[in-house]
Amino acid sequence: MKDTIQAPTIEYALLLPMLLVFGAAVVGVLVEAFAPRHLRKSIHMPLTLLSLLGAFVMTVLVARGGLPDAAAAMGAVAVDGPALFIWGIILILALVSTLLINDEEQFVAQAAAVPGSPDEEEAVLSGYAQTEVYPLLLFSVGGMLLFASANDLLVMFVGLEVMSLPLYLLCGLARRRRLLSQEASVKYFLLGSFSSAFFLYGMALIYGYAKSVDLAAINTALTAGGPETLLLIGTAMLGIGLFFKIGAAPFQAWKPDVYQGAPTAVTALMASTVLVAAFGAVLRVFWVALGGLQWNWEPIMWGVAIITMIVGAVLAITQTEIKRMLAYSSIAHAGFLLTGVVAIGTFEQNSQALSGILFYLAAYGFTTVGAFAVVTMVRDAGGEAGHLSRWAGLGKRSPVLAGIFAFFLLAFAGIPLTSGFFGKYAVFSAAVAGGALPLVVVGVVTSAIAAFFYVRVIVLMFFNEPSADGPSIAVPTVGTSAVVALAAAATVVLGVFPQPVLDLADQAASALFIR
Amino acid sequence: MPWLSTLMAVPVLGAVGVSLVKSDKLAKQLALVVSLVVLALTVAVAVQFNPTSQTRFQFAEVHDWIPRFGVHYGVGVDGIALVLIALSAVLVPIVILASWHDADGTGGLGGGAGGTVEAVPGEGLKTEASRVPAPKRSVKTYFALLLVLEAMMIGVFAATDVFLFYVFFEAMLIPMYFMIGSYGGAQRSYAAVKFLLYSLFGGLLMLVAVIALYVVAQKNTFMFPELIGAVQDPATQKWLFAGFFIAFAVKAPLWPFHTWLPDAAAQAPAGAAVLLVGVLDKVGTYGMLRFCLELFPEASKFFTPLVIVLSVVGIVYGAIVAIGQTDMKRLIAYTSISHFGFIALGVFAMTRDGGTGATLYMVNHGFSTGALFLIAGFLIYRRGSSRIADYGGVQKVAPVLAGTFLIAGLSGLSLPGLSTFVSEFMVLLGTYERYAVAAIIGTTGVILAAVYILWMYQRTMTGPTNESITPMNLPDLNLRERFVIGPLVAVILILGFFPKPMLDVINPAVDKTLSSVGVEPFTPAVADKKGAGQ
Repeated sequence: MKDTIQAPTIEYALLLPMLLVFGAAVVGVLVEAFAPRHLRKSIHMPLTLLSLLGAFVMTVLVARGGLPDAAAAMGAVAVDGPALFIWGIILILALVSTLLINDEEQFVAQAAAVPGSPDEEEAVLSGYAQTEVYPLLLFSVGGMLLFASANDLLVMFVGLEVMSLPLYLLCGLARRRRLLSQEASVKYFLLGSFSSAFFLYGMALIYGYAKSVDLAAINTALTAGGPETLLLIGTAMLGIGLFFKIGAAPFQAWKPDVYQGAPTAVTALMASTVLVAAFGAVLRVFWVALGGLQWNWEPIMWGVAIITMIVGAVLAITQTEIKRMLAYSSIAHAGFLLTGVVAIGTFEQNSQALSGILFYLAAYGFTTVGAFAVVTMVRDAGGEAGHLSRWAGLGKRSPVLAGIFAFFLLAFAGIPLTSGFFGKYAVFSAAVAGGALPLVVVGVVTSAIAAFFYVRVIVLMFFNEPSADGPSIAVPTVGTSAVVALAAAATVVLGVFPQPVLDLADQAASALFIR
Repeated sequence: MPWLSTLMAVPVLGAVGVSLVKSDKLAKQLALVVSLVVLALTVAVAVQFNPTSQTRFQFAEVHDWIPRFGVHYGVGVDGIALVLIALSAVLVPIVILASWHDADGTGGLGGGAGGTVEAVPGEGLKTEASRVPAPKRSVKTYFALLLVLEAMMIGVFAATDVFLFYVFFEAMLIPMYFMIGSYGGAQRSYAAVKFLLYSLFGGLLMLVAVIALYVVAQKNTFMFPELIGAVQDPATQKWLFAGFFIAFAVKAPLWPFHTWLPDAAAQAPAGAAVLLVGVLDKVGTYGMLRFCLELFPEASKFFTPLVIVLSVVGIVYGAIVAIGQTDMKRLIAYTSISHFGFIALGVFAMTRDGGTGATLYMVNHGFSTGALFLIAGFLIYRRGSSRIADYGGVQKVAPVLAGTFLIAGLSGLSLPGLSTFVSEFMVLLGTYERYAVAAIIGTTGVILAAVYILWMYQRTMTGPTNESITPMNLPDLNLRERFVIGPLVAVILILGFFPKPMLDVINPAVDKTLSSVGVEPFTPAVADKKGAGQ
């Protein structure tokens, strides 16, 4: 054989955003190894921000250069319209979350020190800081980019793991309530590993059916036929792995615990970006690879969407902790998004639904980061004042902050003139057009239920008297204020003039996914 | 000049101004000035309005808002919308003046504009105030919310794009929610949440119908004139009608969707209650007339018997329950439920008299119930109690207050010569032309109205003066309050004697509505009957 070793062609230009993030992450590790302790943070911070910003600029440049019509890197990564849009959202949201992570109060001094031990005290006194947070974040973001744009299941799995492993660690690094944080970390790790295993197993079974892990090849194999059992069980297992990541019921149990335990800055990152990346992957698997199997998975997806919406909305009512409540709210929103996933049909219908989902993800992501940023600012002696009763009368103590938070909550509830309304509208209208009217009815009923607990927090903040020893509002760092301001601005602008972003989402969705 | 956009922009800018100025007093004055400017602009619009014009919507402005969804910023008015906008524009300055001290939380009959007799009675009220300590609320926020609400009320009536209507329909809940929840009575947060959730639930059902309307109509636009007749399939019409109608029935509210109203109206500060019952609830009946009838004519005809029954039940039920109330504001709220029954009856009678009467009823009810709420509010402000049993013989200590209360009350029970009589008569006449039995049962509502109004008047104003009431702690209306009530009484009297200008504006719009509903099997028959009778 003449051509014994053929070098793979890699379209570096297309992959540059991802490569930049990974490269910066590797540099970050080197900084951890070689830079003196007191310099690390001041190196990490600009490095992280600049690399994320650079990656975003490159994403825009790639998008402006025209969409490629074939998958990059030998068919492993699909840099198509939806992928670029999702990259853009993830990178901006990660950038915004990084500003939150910069806050000293968030992270443990030394994660290895046993909570409450003299070691811990010493670590705190000597001003240690786990600056590994920054490279971990970059690795996770890089994984998300890969996860959302993977064009074969194996690469998708790699993306999934690269995204998740740093997050498991990040969850355990909260400065306050460390046991809760470590519990969250272990829980997330164990359950996440199980779900990864399911994904891997599903992938193997699908490979058994299609003799390929390439998404397009799987779709082709569907028309050829084969051992159905492998295919169906494989689809179910892939589904379990992905549903776990988006927090769809009945695989949602980790979300409240993890969101509560993790440092709030990390929660903000997870709640916004992971959902975006995971929906990218869900769409790729179910629309691209398994689109031909629609009749089989659609009823299941209907069921999952309905349970997810109901579980998220109903259980959120019973919550007394603000982060847990937002976690259940995030579950409900995953359910709303799933109504867009089942709205599959003609080419035009698909692109409408895809565009709706993309817009929803952008709108929801910004509002979420903003909401968690506000949560970081409401503090009492033991750190953040998580219990809802502590929020009573906040509207009187600091009307601006409470007003902005109320606005975020109204956006979650989907009140017109907020971004959340148009997000919901875009997805629901696609779902109605796709014949999922009953699903939309469930969606609006659960929206009404969800409105109850959002409104309850507003009642607490504005209509109740503040208690004498209520939480104080931390003087926000520049970063935190910037995050809140940016998120509020995005929520207003997307709620009043959504057209530019809708156009962008339309363009991104116009050609659907490349196969 | 984009008149309608200006009408909306002025209060919004005013709200921004109000929230920025330094002192509370300045904020109130600015709010009053802004609302008067809006009123002047509305008068200018009304003067230029041509009732006989063939164009469906005058002062129309249409701009693309979100082309992706076929949504336009489309506004315009016909006679029906114009009179309701005028209602809002008149009520808001009155409410601002009436609420001058509501948000202060001072509890005293404090100075303020036009205060003349407060120096002495102030003493007597201090003790009352300390009994029910009213926490200090942000005055500026209250007036800013009022102005935002005004902009949205104008917007919701002016919208000619179904989506834009929906946006205002939902968004206007938020300022009202905060007004009830932050400035209301003891049960305010319960009432505010109940109000918001009921309305939101109805609104979300409407959202499904709005989406489905867009998908089914396949016109790629939400412009109302283009959507008329777009949905032909009767079964689809019925479902969409249900989605819209439930939202409107919750909003109006019709029996059995009414339970939120007594709570919300009783807990809201008097000014907010006036706007809630006087204007916000009219959006429901307006929506039935504008959207339900025209977009889904077949379904409307199909559901007419049901709606008529609900309306008649509401008329009688609201009246009977009102008689049993011990709280003034709740009583007035229940009378409104009875009145909304009349309005819905007129709308769904689908006759010219019924439609015009219903529209006029919406306006008149806003004024007469507004006056009742405001005077009740003045009473409550003086005594800190809304229980009827806490009053008695007020006539003797505060004759002007009692007198205006009587006029407003008599208007509420449709005494001839006062405005509501005209509209109630027209509604009953219009209904009788087609549903004689419903009209006859509905007429009992008029008799019951006499019972609840006069009995309330008798218990609070006549008889021996309640021993806890003295001229000290219950002074008569001061100058500011007279300026509040004066215009309302004048409007009630003028519209009672000269309804013609209003009817001339409303009639052509109702005719156009009914002709686009195409009430074929009925209209000619009615015309014939009338012809035969003459």
